[in-house]
Amino acid sequence: MTTATIEEGATGTARREPDDALAADVVRVLAPDGTLVDNDAGVGDDEAVALYRAMVRTRLIDERAVMLQRQGRIGFHIGSLGEEATVIGTVHAMRESDWMFPCYREFGGALYRGMPLQRYFDNLYGNANDPAKGRQMPDHWTYRQAKVGSVSSPIGTQITQGVGFAWAARMRKDPLVAMVYFGDGATSSNEFHNGLNFAGVFKTPNVFVCRNNGWAISVPTERQTASATFAVKGIAYGIPGVRCDGNDIFAVVKTAREAVLRASRGEGPTLIEALTYRMSGHSTSDDASRYRPEEQMSAWTTLDPIHRLRRYLEARVGWTEGQQAAFEAEVAGELKLVIETAEKVTLPALETMFDDVYATLPWHLQEQRAELLAGPRAKGH
Amino acid sequence: MKSMRYREAVREAIAEEMERDSRVFLMGEEVAQYQGAYKVSEGLLERFGEKRIIDTPITEAGFAGIGIGAAIVGLRPIIEFMTWNFSAVAFDQLLNNAAKLRQMSGGQLSVPIVFRGPNGSARQVGSQHSHSMEHFYVHVPGLKVVAPATPADAKGMLKAAIRDDDPVLFLESETLYSVKGDVPEGDYVVPFGKGRIAREGKDCTLISYSRMVHVCLEAAEALAAKGIDCEVIDLRSLRPLDEEILVQSISKTHRAVVAYEGWPYGGVGAEVVDRIQRLAFDELDAPILRVTTLDVPMPYNAKLEQHVIPQADRVIAAVEAVTYRRD
Repeated sequence: MTTATIEEGATGTARREPDDALAADVVRVLAPDGTLVDNDAGVGDDEAVALYRAMVRTRLIDERAVMLQRQGRIGFHIGSLGEEATVIGTVHAMRESDWMFPCYREFGGALYRGMPLQRYFDNLYGNANDPAKGRQMPDHWTYRQAKVGSVSSPIGTQITQGVGFAWAARMRKDPLVAMVYFGDGATSSNEFHNGLNFAGVFKTPNVFVCRNNGWAISVPTERQTASATFAVKGIAYGIPGVRCDGNDIFAVVKTAREAVLRASRGEGPTLIEALTYRMSGHSTSDDASRYRPEEQMSAWTTLDPIHRLRRYLEARVGWTEGQQAAFEAEVAGELKLVIETAEKVTLPALETMFDDVYATLPWHLQEQRAELLAGPRAKGH
Repeated sequence: MKSMRYREAVREAIAEEMERDSRVFLMGEEVAQYQGAYKVSEGLLERFGEKRIIDTPITEAGFAGIGIGAAIVGLRPIIEFMTWNFSAVAFDQLLNNAAKLRQMSGGQLSVPIVFRGPNGSARQVGSQHSHSMEHFYVHVPGLKVVAPATPADAKGMLKAAIRDDDPVLFLESETLYSVKGDVPEGDYVVPFGKGRIAREGKDCTLISYSRMVHVCLEAAEALAAKGIDCEVIDLRSLRPLDEEILVQSISKTHRAVVAYEGWPYGGVGAEVVDRIQRLAFDELDAPILRVTTLDVPMPYNAKLEQHVIPQADRVIAAVEAVTYRRD
């Protein structure tokens, strides 16, 4: 648990700096040079390779999605460039029974939980096979089968819903933990305060993952809060707040595992602040160079979560350039196939847009559907 | 039949559905220890315990979201807003989440939840606590909105709401809680989408719901003394809306007045007028008039307030106008 230090002055102290993760309260396992801080990764070698592959796959998918958007083949993408360790590490710590209440940067986590890559791209294209049936923006998926909730555009609404879900599941004696994701910006929303307050009062089995990536679109963390950290916000709600190096996959896994275990033992929720960094713009609709000088980026590049895990694996299991190339080729092949398939799938049939508004189709929507299908509208309409 | 107050009918519906289905629970501000701000939940804490009758921190946006999450798990939450005015701070959860999660998830998620509480004017609670919130919510596909006027409908429709697989907004009225009426015994459920003829008549149709049904009945009595025989329709269900009952009645009376609380711009009344002019244009012998809350924020002063809220005398004047008894 961290202690708050409120400093003088109107501006905040939460400004994101590359050396933040070196602070004493921050959980660190893997240093940026790929060496272990305390000689214990807490993660086996095969497990580490699996995590590495998931992170690289997430980044390759991310880069491809951006390219597809630039080419005009999909309309939008919001990704996790630089935040892969936070996303994959937290999801890795979940048990099969647990649920994920995502923000909108966790597609890698949803895929790791079992959402097929094809379904993800079907969502990016909004085609007939999209689990959301072409009704949602790209990256606004739901995948119930993998216990992945819905992505909401309004900020923070998943926080209270995730708390209600976990609380109700406990009432039903479902032994699950709900992991709720949001960015540093969402800590200013009503729902963050509501959600954490309820979670504290009801002692719900939740893990709150605040991806502190330094930015809420163009607003830096020091303009978001005057708190010293985001983790200290937990104190006000009686919830332990823990900071970990969000670019250190082993630290993320360790912190998230402890939080999941704690929640599953009935000891209540934990707020995790994962110190990471948004290496891209907010989304493909954003140009970060307008507010973030490019020269600032080099310091963050040296902290890249994928590079440091690769260095670790090179030293530890002899991960080779050949293995890297082979894996990248494997993902490229996979991507080629799913993109070709997604582009061939037809648009959702017109009549499907009346489905799922209600559990059963009401008469007035049946009428509207029939009218639509009957062709051009009558004059005067 | 059993005579009971509206408040007791709501309570009985909650209690019966909680007995029937262990997934049902009640949550809101002051519902447990305090026994409900309007005593709707009186005795329920003792009967069902604190795990099913749940007091919340004071934040509608919070417990609306908590309820939605619980509904996604598969529970059947009843979320009480102390008044519907306060639902404004939870609007995003209702508009962007409860109403859309089924559709946005491609049918993977559903939100079987009831939001309920008193709506409309009370007595001297000022401009921020006198809203008729149904006009905002009926606009939204994915929601169902009902506003019963009698104890029987309150009970039957709340039971239907709790059993519904979609989010239902159930609007009561502070001024109706003490109204008495006969309620059928047994498992009485009133399906949505069906209006009710509250009074038969042949000269003019008065269309209303919730508290204003009683005002229309009062007006109809006064008009009967003047030789004008009004039919009073209680819509009960605002979304879905019963078109058939409107067309049938207009085909008989050829004149209509829609009387309800809420401002005159848009809203339920405008919707009703549109349906009638589209579906029964040739049946109309006069323009349809609306009797509404005046187009101002509600004043606190009791005398002013009574002028702003639609009253029987304004309903009477409107009926006289559409029956060409006055200019």
